[in-house]
Amino acid sequence: MLRFISRRLLQMIPMLIMISIISFIIIQLPPGSYLHTMIAQMHAAGEQINHELIEAIKARYSLDAPAHIQYFNWMKGIITRGDFGYSFEWEKPVSLLIWERLALTLAVSVSSLLFSWIVAFPIAIYSAVNKYTIGDYFLTLLGFLGLSIPNFMLALILMYISLKYFGTNVGGLFSPEYVMAPWSWAKFKDMLEHIWVPMVVIGTSGTAGLIRVLRNNLLDELSKPYVVAARSKGIGTIRLLFKYPVRLAIIPFISTVGWTLPQMISGEAVTAVVLGLPTAGPLLLRALQSQDMYLAGSFTLLLASLTIIGTLISDILLVLVDPRIRYE
Amino acid sequence: MNKMSNSNNLLEIRDLVVKFKTEEGIVNAVNGVNYSVPEGCSIGVVGESGCGKTVSAYSITRLLPKNATFSGQILYKERNGKVTDTLALPAEGKEIRRLRGRDISMIFQEPMSSLSPVHTINNQLSEAMILFQNMSKQEARERSIELLDLVGIPNPSRRVDEYPFQFSGGMRQRVMIAMALARNPRLLIADEPTTALDVTLQAQVLKLIQNMQNEFNLSMILITHDLGVVAHMVDYIYIMYLGRVVERGKVVDIFDNPLHPYTKGLLNSIPKLKGKRGERVSSIPGTVPSTYVVPVGCGFAARCPYAKEQCFKELPDRVLVEDEHEVSCFLFNGGEVKEDAANA
Amino acid sequence: MNANVTTPEVIQPNEETTTAEEKIFYATQWQLMWLKFKKHRVAMAAGIIIIFMYLVAIFAPFVAPYDPDTRHRNAALAPPTKIRFIDENGFSFRPFIHPIKQEVDFTTFQRIYVEDTSRRLPIRFFVRGEEYKLFGITTNIHLFGVDEGAIFLFGTDRLGRDMFTRIIYGSRISMSIGLVGVFLSLVLGLIFGGISGYYGGIVDGIIQRVIEVLRSFPTIPLWMALSAALPPDWSPVKVYLGITVILSLIGWTSLGRQVRGLVLSIKNEDFVVAARLAGTSEPKIILTHLIPSFMSHIIASITLSIPNMILSETSLSFLGIGLRPPVISWGTLLQQAQNVHSIVMAPWLLIPGLFVIIFVLVFNFLGDGLRDAADPYGQ
Repeated sequence: MLRFISRRLLQMIPMLIMISIISFIIIQLPPGSYLHTMIAQMHAAGEQINHELIEAIKARYSLDAPAHIQYFNWMKGIITRGDFGYSFEWEKPVSLLIWERLALTLAVSVSSLLFSWIVAFPIAIYSAVNKYTIGDYFLTLLGFLGLSIPNFMLALILMYISLKYFGTNVGGLFSPEYVMAPWSWAKFKDMLEHIWVPMVVIGTSGTAGLIRVLRNNLLDELSKPYVVAARSKGIGTIRLLFKYPVRLAIIPFISTVGWTLPQMISGEAVTAVVLGLPTAGPLLLRALQSQDMYLAGSFTLLLASLTIIGTLISDILLVLVDPRIRYE
Repeated sequence: MNKMSNSNNLLEIRDLVVKFKTEEGIVNAVNGVNYSVPEGCSIGVVGESGCGKTVSAYSITRLLPKNATFSGQILYKERNGKVTDTLALPAEGKEIRRLRGRDISMIFQEPMSSLSPVHTINNQLSEAMILFQNMSKQEARERSIELLDLVGIPNPSRRVDEYPFQFSGGMRQRVMIAMALARNPRLLIADEPTTALDVTLQAQVLKLIQNMQNEFNLSMILITHDLGVVAHMVDYIYIMYLGRVVERGKVVDIFDNPLHPYTKGLLNSIPKLKGKRGERVSSIPGTVPSTYVVPVGCGFAARCPYAKEQCFKELPDRVLVEDEHEVSCFLFNGGEVKEDAANA
Repeated sequence: MNANVTTPEVIQPNEETTTAEEKIFYATQWQLMWLKFKKHRVAMAAGIIIIFMYLVAIFAPFVAPYDPDTRHRNAALAPPTKIRFIDENGFSFRPFIHPIKQEVDFTTFQRIYVEDTSRRLPIRFFVRGEEYKLFGITTNIHLFGVDEGAIFLFGTDRLGRDMFTRIIYGSRISMSIGLVGVFLSLVLGLIFGGISGYYGGIVDGIIQRVIEVLRSFPTIPLWMALSAALPPDWSPVKVYLGITVILSLIGWTSLGRQVRGLVLSIKNEDFVVAARLAGTSEPKIILTHLIPSFMSHIIASITLSIPNMILSETSLSFLGIGLRPPVISWGTLLQQAQNVHSIVMAPWLLIPGLFVIIFVLVFNFLGDGLRDAADPYGQ
């Protein structure tokens, strides 16, 4: 088991390197740079330009050097000092800006994931056991509907309904009094009160996919000979269902964590913009639009790394639930 | 109150009809089958695939899928002498599950997929014992090891904690047999237990089943498409074709004096060691007709060399030709054997 | 289970069942798919709706009563026009509308529209209106319209442009971007997936790692990053193509994986081995054996990936980093509905989203049916 995990950890390294290179290329793609634009704008406005600061930044991140040198410097900073670069727009080091937002992104994404599991699980089991009944068709339709509504639409509709009929604004993750407040138990509780809207919005789109996967897996398992063999032992229906077919259907289901997590993070990015959440999405969008390269690049890098970690977790879970992999 | 026609019988199947509702239409799997298992005896049910032999066996403990409908009676004499109609019991209810867990065990065709791949052998073997024999986990485990030893698995105390994928096909079938025995059953139903196995293993597994049958004093229903398999294993043979029993009798009678043209066809299609050089193994012409349609007359008529008009229009009655030897064929109307058929 | 049901019913064999069975024996794979697909009523209905929607998109200038850029005076943010058959003057077989007048509500100081119920404007079909060009023909006949005043089935936007017209025109972009994007993904997926599965070894390893890396990027942030890289001075056509390329850059990975898996499983099937043993050349095996046998699966899965493309385009355009006005797509139309206050004021601005939902939904149903049908011998 330990060997398996360490082998997987080693495999992650080249993946992470490739991800960092792609992230860097992406932020280099747009023509021009934030500094150029900034200098030009200040010039046009006749403002005093802080040449010293600009030169200091240029020197530190070797902005005049060729791209691959910049990349190595960026990487060196991240690995040795945890320095993700400098946000020109916010005039702060990137590392001061990203962590809290990433943590909130993770909180929203993971709770959406849990939400979609909690919803998908009973529905899929019901649908598979009662396949081709009215209930199955209805739930499948509901799942498809969830799949078809763009996240931002659902967010807008929820906001519209709550504003129009309840007079409250469901945007944001915190009540106004907590937005700037330091973290406390009260702030955490306040977040829990707000998190359900993005959770439902983002979770809904993933639910249909999960239902489909689990229902099909379960239908496959239900038709296998070991189910009849277990029935022939005299085990009761419910006990049998959960001990055998559901247990086996979960195995491929767990490997879906690998692709549902990036899906959730994706959905989170759009939903966050609509709902005005203080997470990574809106800041990333802003950074991309203003070519704030280190900020944008760091977010891209870290969001992609989250997925790699998600895949690792799902692989470990897979080993725990499937002895066939364990003994390979 | 249900009553057996013969007090010696452990199990009696009466006029069993099973249909499956599918998207394509109604499949008529079993069209009125009768057979009985005397206590301590074993019977063989023989026929081509699709003749309803497996379906009729699955009906005994109600293991058929939800889309099956049935009629008739399946009478089972319980340990206390009470006769129960298993078809009348509520589906998946306590009574039927108790029968499955304590009285009637099954061995399945595919040992490779009849065990759950993610549960240990111990877990799957102990399950029924804990559930129906009030054993503790530890007791059930010890009994499991004993049983594995009994069915010839080497090093059972270690292997009991392994998973099915660590066993070979033959070993898995032994585990399946152990699992069937774990329930201390009175009736063992073996559904093509050797079909999926290597030829070299078949004899071993059959031998094991026979030994266990003697040791545990079991009654048995052996289902197979292979007349050769049943010859040494059972007391009575039932030949099935297209959802009906066409002939039944003692093993000796079936082999020495086959009556139904279909039985003769089956016997002729077994390759003989003493056959003449160059002699071809004969086969029965034609294919098994669709099961979407219940044949009006005798199901075999279309492939039967002796078929006459009557055969396509009416269903032949069962005719008792000699002691415990019955056939459903118009060639034997009135009990006497017709010359041309007997010499064919 | 239900005991004691019926005694065996005697069913007469009839001609029909036997010919139907024979048909199945001799049918080609595509015929089998079609037979199976026809049974899937929901998928059939979905297919018909999709064809209808594409027809509307092709004939957009004819179906739409106005030009998408026409600004109607004194009709900014006008609500959907109510179509009536009855008013206080009685019943009319021909549907009609009442002209609207803009007024100001003096308590809220907001613009409101009131119907002038004294006048009826009958809705006419094949009316003459603004000129347009379709397939090189210049004409001014529209499917429906009113002689004077204006009809806004789905209301108007902030600049007084007819939303119905704009949605119809927008469907041209939105519904084609998925097709183009899927086509690009298909080409990429077939090439890389095919190579990966057929040759295996190191090539396979590299391609699989690349796919894994690409898939680990959360799509929307990656798309955001890539489309932010599209120069702002690009023409709408260039941006459109750029976006499709970006969408298919990720889209091909799942197709590539599928193709690889299918190739792997088919490669060792008896009929391919038989062809190889018979001395058939590699390209011929790929063309005549591999591709036909997994084409049905591929068609099913590209049908299922079209909705994803559309959802992505819509999301990107909605955020303002996809297609940009003056290009009309469902996504750019939804940009006007970006904050909840404009929705409260003019809920009809969300109608383009309804079209997205319907389109994605029917494509999912169609794809589901195709996927079931792609496996003609499976249950």
